[in-house]
Amino acid sequence: MLKVAFNIALFSYLGASIGYFGNLLYRKRWVSVATTSLMGLGLVAHTALMGIRSSQTGHGPYTTAFEIAMFFSWIIVVVYILTELKFKIQDLGAFVIPLVFLILLYSAFLSREVVTQETGSVLWMTLHRTLSILGYGAFAIAFAAALMYLIQENQVKSKKLGMMYFRMPSLEVLDKLLDRVIAFGFPLFTLGFVSGSIWNTKVKHDFFSWNLEKTWPLIVVWGVYGVVYFGRMTVGIRGKKAAQGAILGFVLIIVAYFIHV
Amino acid sequence: MAESNLIMVGVNHKTTPVEIRECLAFTGNKMEDSIERLVSFPEIVEHIILSTCNRVEIYARVRNHDEGIFFLKKFIADYHGLPLDELDRYFYCYRDFQAVEHLFRVSASLDSMVLGEPQILGQVKDAYSQARTLRATGLVLNQLFEKAFMVAKKVREQTGIAERGVSISSAAVELARKIFEDLESHSVMLVGTGEMAELAAKHLISYGVKTVYVASRTFERAASLATRLNGCALDFETFKEDLHKADIIITSTAAPKFIIHKDVVEAAIQKRKNRPMFFIDIAVPRDVEPEVNGLENVYLYDIDDLQAVVDANIKEREKEAEEAMQIIQREVTKFNNWITSLDAVPTIVELRNRAEAIRRQELERTLKKLSHLSEEEKNALHQMTSAIINKILHKPTINLKRKAQSQEGPHYLKVIRHLFHLDD
Repeated sequence: MLKVAFNIALFSYLGASIGYFGNLLYRKRWVSVATTSLMGLGLVAHTALMGIRSSQTGHGPYTTAFEIAMFFSWIIVVVYILTELKFKIQDLGAFVIPLVFLILLYSAFLSREVVTQETGSVLWMTLHRTLSILGYGAFAIAFAAALMYLIQENQVKSKKLGMMYFRMPSLEVLDKLLDRVIAFGFPLFTLGFVSGSIWNTKVKHDFFSWNLEKTWPLIVVWGVYGVVYFGRMTVGIRGKKAAQGAILGFVLIIVAYFIHV
Repeated sequence: MAESNLIMVGVNHKTTPVEIRECLAFTGNKMEDSIERLVSFPEIVEHIILSTCNRVEIYARVRNHDEGIFFLKKFIADYHGLPLDELDRYFYCYRDFQAVEHLFRVSASLDSMVLGEPQILGQVKDAYSQARTLRATGLVLNQLFEKAFMVAKKVREQTGIAERGVSISSAAVELARKIFEDLESHSVMLVGTGEMAELAAKHLISYGVKTVYVASRTFERAASLATRLNGCALDFETFKEDLHKADIIITSTAAPKFIIHKDVVEAAIQKRKNRPMFFIDIAVPRDVEPEVNGLENVYLYDIDDLQAVVDANIKEREKEAEEAMQIIQREVTKFNNWITSLDAVPTIVELRNRAEAIRRQELERTLKKLSHLSEEEKNALHQMTSAIINKILHKPTINLKRKAQSQEGPHYLKVIRHLFHLDD
């Protein structure tokens, strides 16, 4: 069952990724409809996948690397769908869904061994992981918006107006989108960070017993998004700089994932 | 094939110089008058006159192709008092499916001077409705033109034929809208009062720009343009201090050297906390130092850049036109099928008339011998014989209509006419 749901989700996202790109380049109604249907199918299978896994392990899907990758990609899909509904930018999917596909594909190679939940405060741990992953989900969307911004910006700046120039939204819309998702993700990520420290304190009975080797990339990530988030209002970090920040931040998240988990 | 003898005779901007075209135009009263005249000629079954500044075309359904074409050419020449011998070389003529294809291309703006321009469809619609009001059209042309409007809409929706701006000012507006989404909350500053700058500003205003500043070396000119654009005039000596207030700056002064330098823009963008600025420099020699484009969040397009964008857009429209032709060709085939199915109608009518005549003849003969029958019984016989005829002819009628749309259509019609002796 787990395998079936996993494969349906994986291949739906692969199909949807191709569909989003096809639609970005060729704008065909039927491609758009097919892509949306694949996304629906993928999300249903993905949700079922997490349900099946949780019933097998008896706890939420955020203990092993496999579960975290699965949960993380699910959150990206959910945040993406909400963003698409709000901003009506379907082309964003061409940059987000391939990422989802890659994360899920990567998780296919991870161990599916069932690990019992760690001891300590279950509440704080659940809070920490849920908030953090929601924050990461928003940052993934910001990453995609930033990629689109840089592509569009480069076209306008270099005066080489290709197909993408006409299809993609304006710089203002992309910059606004970037701002909104970071404004959504940053507080969640911060709270996730705080709840993580509290959980750690409860387990080790010492607030300052952080494993710095494991947590330093996260501190850098927090710093980068903090600069992007607060920099806009104060010193005018917007446009290209903000986009570059969002990309740097996300690359660091990927690095942190391998060190932290 | 009398049902579908379509022809088109006309001149356009490609075949005919403007001096001739303007003489041949059916403008104002001439249009109504000529439609009414053509209605009175028995050679012309239906017709529509399309007269714009780039073309004069008459679409018609006629009894005979060659005679119809000659007649229309002569009509156009005579009507405008010009000798046909001299005009003849300018005319182009199409028949049947070629005429259909030509109309579809014209309506979809593939035959226009500026590919994809939107006015032509409206002009074709007007021509059609005027002809229709004066009862110059019938079954075939009504169907043809309704179809043409549908095809034009399809082409517009399914190809990028009208997507990209093909004039300097529309390309500039498009760029502005790719930098700033909605122009309503943005402002424009004109430095210099050139005609093209004014045009671009008006274009931007039509897209919602509310705040307009105008600076010119002569303040009076700035003031008068500012009044026209509902904006505010700035002193030329100090306009640079207000540069940061503008999102879009259009320069068009006659200054021999750059008047806006990198350091000024750099200061402005800092004041704006990096909110983007878009410079449109349509002055020759240029007004804005090219290095300005190197600043982050600043975009500078000069007249050559914009021209390059326009050229690329025109090329793109040409590419889209090829795709549009495929849509058109599919629709031409469909329309032809419909029109050939009309050819089956007279045969079907004749076939039914023949059968009905035989039925009546035979019934009369029989009833004479059965004089003792009551009225009721006679009626019953009438009904029964009618029902037999209808049932026998029902399937052949349907099949004939269907087959008439295929390539075998003419063959089928011939066989039916032969088998039932319809041509005797």
